[in-house]
Amino acid sequence: MSEIIKIKKGLRIKLQGEADKTVSELSSKKYALKPTDFIGVFPKLTVKEGDKVKAGSPVFFDKYRDNILFTSPVSGTITEIKRGAKRVLLEIKIEADGANEYVDFGKAIPASLNKEAITEKLLQSGLWASIRQRPYSTIANPEHSPKAIFISGFDTNPLGVDFDFILHGKGETFQAGLDALAKLTTGKVHLNLHAQDTQTKVLLNARNVQINKFEGKHPVSLIGTQIASIDPINKGEIVWTVNVQDVVAIGNLFLHGKYEAERIYALAGSEVLKPHYFKAKNGVCIQDMVSNNVTEGKLRYISGNPLTGEKIESNGYIGFYSNQVSVLPEGDQYQFIGWIMPNLHKFSFYRSLFSWLTPNKSYKLDTNLNGGERAFVMTGQFEKVFPFDIYPMQLIKAIMSRDIDLMENLGIYEVDAEDFALIEFISTSKIEIQSIVSEGLEYLRKEMS
Amino acid sequence: MKALRNYIDKIKPHVEKGGKFHYLHSTFEAFETFLFVPKTVTKKGSHIRDAIDLKRTMFMVVIALIPALLFGTWNVGYQHNLSIGESADIITNFMYGLWYVIPLIVVSYVVGLGTEFVFAQLRGHEVNEGFLVSGFLIPLIVPVTTPLWMVAIATFFAVVIGKEVFGGTGMNIMNPALIARAFLFFAYPSNMSGDKVWIAEKADAFSGATPLGQLMTATDKVDLPSVSDAFFGFLPGSVGETSTLAILIGAVILLYTGIANWRVMFSVFLGGYLMGFLFNQVGGNVYMNDVPAYYHLILGGFAFGAVFMATDPVTAAQTNTGKYIYGFLIGVMAVLIRVLNPAYPEGMMLAILLLNVFASLIDHYVVQANIKRRLKRAKQIAA
Repeated sequence: MSEIIKIKKGLRIKLQGEADKTVSELSSKKYALKPTDFIGVFPKLTVKEGDKVKAGSPVFFDKYRDNILFTSPVSGTITEIKRGAKRVLLEIKIEADGANEYVDFGKAIPASLNKEAITEKLLQSGLWASIRQRPYSTIANPEHSPKAIFISGFDTNPLGVDFDFILHGKGETFQAGLDALAKLTTGKVHLNLHAQDTQTKVLLNARNVQINKFEGKHPVSLIGTQIASIDPINKGEIVWTVNVQDVVAIGNLFLHGKYEAERIYALAGSEVLKPHYFKAKNGVCIQDMVSNNVTEGKLRYISGNPLTGEKIESNGYIGFYSNQVSVLPEGDQYQFIGWIMPNLHKFSFYRSLFSWLTPNKSYKLDTNLNGGERAFVMTGQFEKVFPFDIYPMQLIKAIMSRDIDLMENLGIYEVDAEDFALIEFISTSKIEIQSIVSEGLEYLRKEMS
Repeated sequence: MKALRNYIDKIKPHVEKGGKFHYLHSTFEAFETFLFVPKTVTKKGSHIRDAIDLKRTMFMVVIALIPALLFGTWNVGYQHNLSIGESADIITNFMYGLWYVIPLIVVSYVVGLGTEFVFAQLRGHEVNEGFLVSGFLIPLIVPVTTPLWMVAIATFFAVVIGKEVFGGTGMNIMNPALIARAFLFFAYPSNMSGDKVWIAEKADAFSGATPLGQLMTATDKVDLPSVSDAFFGFLPGSVGETSTLAILIGAVILLYTGIANWRVMFSVFLGGYLMGFLFNQVGGNVYMNDVPAYYHLILGGFAFGAVFMATDPVTAAQTNTGKYIYGFLIGVMAVLIRVLNPAYPEGMMLAILLLNVFASLIDHYVVQANIKRRLKRAKQIAA
């Protein structure tokens, strides 16, 4: 076992409403696939409203890489194809029929298959979409051979999920998923765990992988942080990443021959009456889960965690890559001379406020920006929560000025928008830095292709 | 508060787009956001945000400046009474000082903020908080006898040429408050130096020169003020610069809150001390022979510049390594100018302005080192 990698920089944000370790079942009828979850995908539908689908039937594919399919999580009927401005495909809604019919992809032992056979199976089942590459966070290209595959087995995000709990009893399928992934790279599969918090044998005894142990504050659980401290990405190199729950789904595909979209999600946040975990299929509508389980007032529903998740409606659908739903209070109220008040109920990275005195207190934070947007004034702050050998401010400015050479030189290939989430959180200037980074990555991807 | 909020909400439609008073939009917004933190919410990215904002940050700097202001105000009265040979109690000295200092502050803020409001309105921006600090700094770094109209012109010049032409707070290259000081220094030298300007209504017979002024013209041994006078600040000088103690209290506030960077502050003092020490070893003129290196740190504007001016995040070097170099060179240059340049008694202002200009060059080389490291790593793997 290798030594522990300590990440010194970062910030732990403790929020109220962490999910209790109990699981309920959510058997909603409403599901949706959201093409907007997939960066760089140009969706082409293979179904129309009223069509019947099984779990694993293709719903749409990527116009530019037509072997990448996106499949239905349940068996049922396509009820609505929702488009937005310029006919952008937003949601393909599916009503489950409760029959639980699966497309049969055939059982197989991953260890006995070669890379091509595994790739083919993943592509057909739609699970290929769960493999993403760095840089750009697009869906991996099946023809590439990544230098490594990274899996993060813990979550230090505020309200983050507990993979130990989620993986309980799934050792066999998780291992099968790892075996399949191991065939896809000539390099290593890195399974990154927390030095103390990871306790489950499912993770600790995983085989066919390199286990790395980490310790430190958030963003230690982010793939970007882990890649940077183990094997940083250079220009031209590609690394793949897969979420833990998708590894289980991949394992299920090989062991049982079907696309099993079942996940365990956390329902968390200060506005949830009973924060807990629930079992549901990918893309489920959250309405039935939240309707009687949240407080009054205006609320923000987030598919994902509060730092990087996506805003959805109270009857919206969980995103493809999410592990949780977070519910926070909206902060659309004025605060009288709030900028000078002690603000003991608010959390801050800085000592101009007082939250550093109570490091173990959990906070109830709302979505208020807590100030107006300003130019960058303060310096030297971002570096404190950014554990990369990269100058964040300089990189952000290079991105804003669309200077490709400078972006490359400053290390843009090593980062993703989520790596800047803490920077965005602590920014005195209230600038939307994650958007800047993702737009910059998209610009780079288009220019380089 | 509700009544106030309702009142503001009632006015708001008139200054918004299409309203009759739209030309007052930025001004209104500045006052509104001063009274109430806006109800703006996050849209995407990080849904929650830190409780800090630029107003609070800038306000912390203002708080850190208050000890220097209070002491400086008292010192104005103290120096006056000292020069006319009368002794007065603390309150009398302080009240006398207020009579001079308050007009300076008022003029600085009214002219500066007025200019900022006009520019914000023309550009359709919100008013930036940067001038909250600049406006407080300007009265503290001028001689107490500076005519108010000069302060007004200098402030206007600093805001327009020093800041707004570059795009406003966060975009400027040189510290605006120091630009105001430099403007006064070069445009009205007789009001900015010599032995007449530092004490309000000075008695003619009394020498009112600052220690640095005396040192500049000295040809043989000078009477240095005692260390305690220099440290506590019972000397003539610009309003806020004399008391190293008051400045250090401010420094503690700035470092504790993390607003000023300790790297800059530390390396300015280090650079100044080492340069003074080097001169002591070499010897040659009065300064080199008779002024111990630590005197440089407690006399004149050195401490004030190190704590409040050099640490301005916008105009300092932005990388951590760069901050060490930047601060160190400020210290070195300030002492170099003091000791070797016969025209300028005080080197701090010019040293900081000079390094402001070079800050981005320093950063450039620091960042290049990072880039080279990255390229080397890529090459090693390719090989």
